Amino acid sequence: MSTLQVKPTRMELSNLKKRKAVAVRGHKLMKDKRDETVRRFIVYVRRNKELRELAERKLADAMNAFVLARASMTPDEIEEALCYPARPASVDVSTTHVLSIAVPELKLSTTDDFSYPYGFESTSAELDGAVRALAELLPLLIELAQVEKTCNLLADEIEKTRRRVNALEYVMIPQFEETIRRITMKLDENERANLTRLMKTKDMLAEKK
Amino acid sequence: MSDNGNIAIIGDRDSVLLFKAIGLAVYAEETGADASRRIALLARGGCKVIFITEPLFEKCAETIEKYKTEAYPAIIPIPSGVGAGGIAMANIKANVEKAIGADILFTEE
Repeated sequence: MSTLQVKPTRMELSNLKKRKAVAVRGHKLMKDKRDETVRRFIVYVRRNKELRELAERKLADAMNAFVLARASMTPDEIEEALCYPARPASVDVSTTHVLSIAVPELKLSTTDDFSYPYGFESTSAELDGAVRALAELLPLLIELAQVEKTCNLLADEIEKTRRRVNALEYVMIPQFEETIRRITMKLDENERANLTRLMKTKDMLAEKK
Repeated sequence: MSDNGNIAIIGDRDSVLLFKAIGLAVYAEETGADASRRIALLARGGCKVIFITEPLFEKCAETIEKYKTEAYPAIIPIPSGVGAGGIAMANIKANVEKAIGADILFTEE
């Protein structure tokens, strides 16, 4: 482990000791943060997986129903039925914080009952089924979006925090310790040299008398 | 964007047409370049959630990467009309591996 390039003085020694104390404290905090983020991440990611499986299955069902609907109607009729703009769905967005990471919170803001955006005259029952299935799926998709985004952000943050923890643990702190040891040894050595010199001088003076 | 809500969906025409009926802003795009441009436009327009079909998700991964670390928009892959290709699941898996270092979620099965 390479040491820091500093002069071996008492001043530097006390500075280094202070910096090491800060680094150790920072390391502890970072480590706690990492552990807690990982714990929450696991909760989120499990939920993510469940939601994703459910959503994919339901979406496949809705798509299949749509395929049937298309078989029972002409393409023009489908186009006509679906191209009329429905009441737009939108989400209320806010941001919450998970361990000071800004994560999105989404809430579907359409509240009133679902209604079909087309007349029933030229459309088939299969299309109704497909549209209804999809409408029921929408809240699930929104939740999936929220959870998946949260997972992404948490994973990023965990990676960053882990790097910081490792940098502190395996680079910064050992470096400080090594440098502190070197300076202490150097200072002790100086002290001993001084002492022997004094003793020698004293002996020499005693001999002269 | 205000007249269209803030949920959009991008994908091939057959897969996304149905979403129009439940009030999502539907954009039928065929190529990755078009979809990337659309994502950029939507993000600038204040769109909060963008669903995108898996084939296109794969094609404009670069653009999506850019928005990954921001809170909005959330860009979420969904299976296209032909079925799920497993890209979304692979993404979840990649997340787990990135965060924890080992895949603990999918090994149980």
